[in-house]
Amino acid sequence: MSAPEALLATRGLTRQFGGVVALAGLDLEVRRGELLGLIGPNGSGKTTFFNVLTGLFSPTRGEVLFAGTSLAHATPQAICRAGITRTFQRSRLCLELSIFDNLAIGAHQRLEHGLWFNVLRRAALARQADATAAAARELLQIFDPPLARRLFEPMTGVAMIDRRRVEICRALMSHPRLLLLDEPSAGMTADETTRLMDDILEVRRRFGDLTIVLIEHEMSVIERVTDRCVVLNYGKKLCEGTFAEVSADPEVRRAYLGLT
Amino acid sequence: MSLRRAGASVLSTAAIAAVTGLLLYAFLAAESERTVGLVLVGAVAAVAAGLRSRVLPRLVGAAGPPAVLVGLGVAGLVLVRVFHDDPFVLLLMARALLVLVACLGLHVQLADAGVPNFAGAAFFGVGGYTAAVLGRGGLPHPLVLLASGAAAAAVGSLLLLPLLRTRGHYAALITIAFGLLFRTFLEVNETLGGPQGLKLGGLQLLGWSFNDDRRLLGVEFSGYAFYCLAAVALALAAVWLVRRVERSWIGVALDAVRLDETAAACFGISIGRWKIAALTIGNALIGVAGGLSAMMVGFIAPNNFTFQESLVLVSILLLGGLGNLAGLAAAALIVIWLPEKLQPIQEYRYLLFSVLVVLVLVLRPTGLIRRSVRRPFGSVAG
Repeated sequence: MSAPEALLATRGLTRQFGGVVALAGLDLEVRRGELLGLIGPNGSGKTTFFNVLTGLFSPTRGEVLFAGTSLAHATPQAICRAGITRTFQRSRLCLELSIFDNLAIGAHQRLEHGLWFNVLRRAALARQADATAAAARELLQIFDPPLARRLFEPMTGVAMIDRRRVEICRALMSHPRLLLLDEPSAGMTADETTRLMDDILEVRRRFGDLTIVLIEHEMSVIERVTDRCVVLNYGKKLCEGTFAEVSADPEVRRAYLGLT
Repeated sequence: MSLRRAGASVLSTAAIAAVTGLLLYAFLAAESERTVGLVLVGAVAAVAAGLRSRVLPRLVGAAGPPAVLVGLGVAGLVLVRVFHDDPFVLLLMARALLVLVACLGLHVQLADAGVPNFAGAAFFGVGGYTAAVLGRGGLPHPLVLLASGAAAAAVGSLLLLPLLRTRGHYAALITIAFGLLFRTFLEVNETLGGPQGLKLGGLQLLGWSFNDDRRLLGVEFSGYAFYCLAAVALALAAVWLVRRVERSWIGVALDAVRLDETAAACFGISIGRWKIAALTIGNALIGVAGGLSAMMVGFIAPNNFTFQESLVLVSILLLGGLGNLAGLAAAALIVIWLPEKLQPIQEYRYLLFSVLVVLVLVLRPTGLIRRSVRRPFGSVAG
């Protein structure tokens, strides 16, 4: 694993909540352009890892290097500008807004926010809105063409699987370099999960240089979509490698897969 | 725009303006309490029927909201002409419009950014006192009004630090505390007149005193008619501004901050920046309204800016429905006019408003008119 390959690297990343050590000196590398699966039993620190990476929690100790710059104590906003976005395990869309509004939130940093521009330069604003709507439609088209036609409808009427899709699109609207997907299949049927993973693979094909970290409990999904896996246990890296390697590791089988 | 669509727009606008104008006229001209009640019930029924049958939204859609604003402005002018020599009605109209402007400020804060402000009357007062102090100097009065807004925004910035560190009930408590402090400050401050308050000269515009009655086009206008026109202009400008802010990236960002700070932060939206923006815009609107109101009434005292008055402003917001300007305007008219027209309830108005707000929150938490999803503001979508 040579240094220039790593888009993201953490060194000794630690996060404690009082006496609970959620991340215990995690050293982890994410390579440029890969789809990395992050697995581990409940409470092993996967979501905490995402929360620390995106600046929602500050690490107690340790370092986060993203494309060479330290992001360990950066704000969520700065981390977004640096090119990391995420989805949430429990959908955090704004349900009373339209699909378009939610996607525009994802595109926030590329949009013009001055009072003068927004109130008085309405023609320029309309052009920017058109461009944003076109980009949003194009993204939705990858996932679910009918969804693209419902751009200005409220989120409330959108089915669960489509909400996940919108959430992934919202993250993509920010043109990230690293996309963190926190268990996108949570609460879905096997069939829906398969369809969503097809979408994620399609996104990878379209955005060749996008790096993705995927938290997932469904082993068949991990096997199918990831290039590499990291197994966490008690906030530490238990092992890493391809799914075949990881699932053959006796320690992983003991700790997580419940096999003997 | 095709000729047909233009024609439909003009007709729809005229219909909306005419019906609104007639209802307002009937209400303002009503003498007996029974007529007032009947008009109110009729208006509520008409609006409910219009909304239920989708006729009203379709009319508004065909007219186009900017045309509706112009139409309502014209209706306002006609009403001023009709009540040209009735200071009581004119004062009532102007007051409701200025309260509406203040509520638009609160709307940006609470309904858009989710920042509660229970010190609306205090910021209204900051505007009023600024107008009283600066109005004596030689500063042109339009600038005095702008200064009233700026002063309210500046005083509001004292609250930024605590407001950015809290949310929900705690933020509300901070604004309540500020409102109480402000009133106490006024009462002990000798230069601002203490409990007795201050007198103000009327609004002067290009050498024209708004306080004087005046003959125009062969009609004798009460001085309040001109304040009423100024209030109509200010209210239209405020609605225009707030609508544009809400239908823009700013509105999207404020919604994101209100609905989910965590997700908003993860997409680069600065929570602090947008709360500050909403507070500043809102307080500036409240301050300008307060300044003009003080000039119109000619006298201000700490007693005008109590916590109760702040609560009236918030109750208008809740009654109208957070996120809907038409509902807000209707609520402002009801809350300001009803006690004046129904003398028997004058005494109990705070009690009645409290009951009304509780009923609305229990039976119809969305207010008179529900928040609708943001209409697209791109050129393709219209």
